[in-house]
Amino acid sequence: MDRIPILKMGDFLLVTVQVDLYDRLAVGLESDLVNMINKHNARGVLIDISAVSIVDSFMGRILGNIAQMSKILDAHTVVVGMQPAVAITLIELGLPMTGVHTALNVEKGMELLKEKIKASNGIISEEDDSPE
Amino acid sequence: MSIYNFFQIKFFAMKSTASQILPKKQNEILDLWMKQQLKDEGLRDDLMTNDDLKRDSIELLTVLLAVIKKDDFSNVESAEFDKVNEVLAGISMSRAKNGFSPRETAYFVLSLKEAVIPVLEKNITDARSLYSETAKFNKLIDSLGLVTIETYIKGREEVILRQTAEISEISTPVIQVWDGILALPIIGTLDSARTQVVMESLLLKIVETESTIAILDISGVPAVDSLVAQHLIKTVAATRLMGAECIISGIRPEIAQTIVHLGIDLSNINTKASLAHALRTAFNMLKLEVRKVNSSNKITAGV
Repeated sequence: MDRIPILKMGDFLLVTVQVDLYDRLAVGLESDLVNMINKHNARGVLIDISAVSIVDSFMGRILGNIAQMSKILDAHTVVVGMQPAVAITLIELGLPMTGVHTALNVEKGMELLKEKIKASNGIISEEDDSPE
Repeated sequence: MSIYNFFQIKFFAMKSTASQILPKKQNEILDLWMKQQLKDEGLRDDLMTNDDLKRDSIELLTVLLAVIKKDDFSNVESAEFDKVNEVLAGISMSRAKNGFSPRETAYFVLSLKEAVIPVLEKNITDARSLYSETAKFNKLIDSLGLVTIETYIKGREEVILRQTAEISEISTPVIQVWDGILALPIIGTLDSARTQVVMESLLLKIVETESTIAILDISGVPAVDSLVAQHLIKTVAATRLMGAECIISGIRPEIAQTIVHLGIDLSNINTKASLAHALRTAFNMLKLEVRKVNSSNKITAGV
């Protein structure tokens, strides 16, 4: 069975979807990703879907699910490089994906992830600092 | 008596059809027709010179009489009338584009009736055949009138379609106002078709310029109802999916009132009163600063 590779880059997981996602592939990605987050204690997930040109409501839901699951596991999800046609389709399907962060490209997505993690780390370090 | 009568009847029978009389009387008909057209108070000599009118009239009359000559002219659908219909369609199409009214266009053909019937009257003495020929000719002109109006309306529709396409094209420019900031001034009513065009061109431009902020300026939108608001919300959501932020600006007080009265929730959309405010917000979001250049500083820097 085909799998979508998940790359580890420091605290982040990098997923680049280079083929059109069919249902089984998407479900596989969902469970693989959650396992990987748990295994590596990842703080951020970046999903590049710039090569995806066809989506349906199921795909939209999977992306939303991934974002929610990673949030539970304390990792931020950023979806990058969505094509205009894909964005319009998702909106027309009534899936505004409010829980998912988005960015224009991988570079901007990485910046966004770093910012998010810095923000949450900042709170922790401040709390750590105060008793001292 | 019988021989004389026989010849007379035969003579009249030969002379008395419109297809035999009319082609010979072309000049007479043309004169009468032109007189009839020039007499009409709806004559548009501002849109068309009398010479042009005469040229059109001669053209149509020539092809029409050529067909009439072949006797059977009761069926306008027949192949022989193709040429007539073609000429007529050309004339009414050009009139539609030049701004003639339907009445003026139709009168061009219908006035031919008033030119031909006196000619028939003068040349056919037998009442019965005069009636049948007139009825036949009436029918012909009526169907030519229908062709005229049909092509006229088709011509007008073409004009309208072209204008619609032009309007939707010119009214949705996406402007890059700054590195990473796009502005989209929307002018005119937002319907579904236009929203689609707006959304597509905006998203494509976002990808092309790698912009992170888009400002939708709706100061040129005359009214916002729930449908327009729905379209705006969709556009904002699509922009967000692409990874860019969207600011809506140019909301006039009356539009703000309508939105609240309609109960539309725009609370999770960034709205600003004017394009200037939106631009300032965009600069803030990109951590940019606009500053006045201090000339004295410049000199000290130079020194």
